[in-house]
Amino acid sequence: MTDPLLQLDRLDAGYGDFQALFGIDLRVAEAETVSIIGANGAGKSTLLKAIVGLVQPMRGDIRYEGTSIATTPAHKRVARGIALVPEGRRIFPSLSVEENIVIGGDVGRPGPWTKQRVLEAFPLLTRLLNRSGEGLSGGERQTLAIARALMANPRLLLLDEVSLGLAPIVVRQVYEAVPVIKAQGTTVLIVEQDVNQALAVADRFYCLLEGRIALTGVPGEVPKEQITEAYFGMPASGGRH
Amino acid sequence: MVWTNAVIQGVLLGGLYALFATGLSLSFGVMRLVNLAHGDLAIFAAFMTLSISTTLKINPLVALVIVVPAAFIVGYILQRLVFDRVVGVDPAFQIVATFGLGIVIQNALLEKYTADTQGLNVGALKTSTIKINNAIGIGWLPLFTFATAVAVLGSLALFLKRTKLGRAFRATSDDADAARLMGIDIKRVFAVAMGLAIATVALAGVLFGARSSFDPFVGPARLIYAFEAVVIGGLGSLWGTLAGGVTLGVAQAIGRKINPQWGELFGHGVFLAVLVLRPTGMFGKAQSR
Repeated sequence: MTDPLLQLDRLDAGYGDFQALFGIDLRVAEAETVSIIGANGAGKSTLLKAIVGLVQPMRGDIRYEGTSIATTPAHKRVARGIALVPEGRRIFPSLSVEENIVIGGDVGRPGPWTKQRVLEAFPLLTRLLNRSGEGLSGGERQTLAIARALMANPRLLLLDEVSLGLAPIVVRQVYEAVPVIKAQGTTVLIVEQDVNQALAVADRFYCLLEGRIALTGVPGEVPKEQITEAYFGMPASGGRH
Repeated sequence: MVWTNAVIQGVLLGGLYALFATGLSLSFGVMRLVNLAHGDLAIFAAFMTLSISTTLKINPLVALVIVVPAAFIVGYILQRLVFDRVVGVDPAFQIVATFGLGIVIQNALLEKYTADTQGLNVGALKTSTIKINNAIGIGWLPLFTFATAVAVLGSLALFLKRTKLGRAFRATSDDADAARLMGIDIKRVFAVAMGLAIATVALAGVLFGARSSFDPFVGPARLIYAFEAVVIGGLGSLWGTLAGGVTLGVAQAIGRKINPQWGELFGHGVFLAVLVLRPTGMFGKAQSR
């Protein structure tokens, strides 16, 4: 059996003395789309930050392409093909939209995603190229954040709460990009509070509860009640309102 | 006409203040580091230039070809060895580390050069003047200093706008963590930024030494003028730094014209007025986060 593209072994991580993740075991295979679901504060974003190197592991290991990257600096992980679309978009306000796109490819790997290819996939950005990074709408910022990450030609793309704060129609447009990204053979790891959206695009999912994996499975094969129980940490009949 | 002359001299002096302030603006803009040793590093460069020009028997301005690149290397190493440890943590650590560095520099200079005042002899450039009329004369050295400041700020602005590394500087200034997610090695960006900051302040120190006398303890006053120029111009704006320096220089020149004792008072007065009326400075942006 070949190594998974990404493998987390008994990972503990957190901020200073505060531990947010406890013994996380997770596997993501090449070209797979995996969703991480969980309530607010479950540790989903911390998990992605640990994978990209913004949070250092306390214990355990993170293996990518078969080698440990637990101590690899964040910028070198990008060069190896890991890109994150961060929660809150984190667009650079003093850069133009075009510069925000181009900067994503400054250090990335060669591959199918070029500025031209990105603009074809996200035509909305074409008319905004000369605009400043600030003053864009939520949907424009999210689209730009995804385009920027794709410019690195990632082998593993991490999407953190891409639907947060967006109108439903915009969320639908943003999620329409996922099949386009998958078609390039990119492995996608999605963190999302919107469970239905996250499960609709995923091959597999993990549900986090208070920093621990409470459930894993294939969407459609796991009963909704079981997902609800894992999500809220209480039986479905008593937990939903 | 005498007032016109005062304003012209103030503008030219402002070029020197802008040059002092450029590095401060850069280090604060990119890594949010307030370097309290900034003025002492300028005076350190002036003393180094004094030694090099005396030893090699060359004009101090020629010695700049050695001093400025050396200052860049010093800045790069200082960032890697000292300042990296205090960036992004409690600002109190920055104050202690950079203030401590300033004291070390002052006392090292005192040990080596004594407390005697020194000057850099740039020959006829110091006294040569372009005489416009009986009331107005423009010194070649102040003019050269101002032109140098404009050239340095223009080059930096082009570097920030047109180069990949400049783009990385701006991205890191906006959001260091997001910059890391773009594959930017922010520690390298910080080190290059500090190298440029120390190189520009070394240039300012040498031009200051060519214009005025100096001793190991005049650095902190240069730091205050640099701070004032940055705040008046507005944080994060290089051309604002030039405008801030010029405003400070003109205010001091006008104050001095009214009463020779009032130069600094007028400069500080304008600085306080800007803080009260427009805290973001003349060209500064309001903080969005």
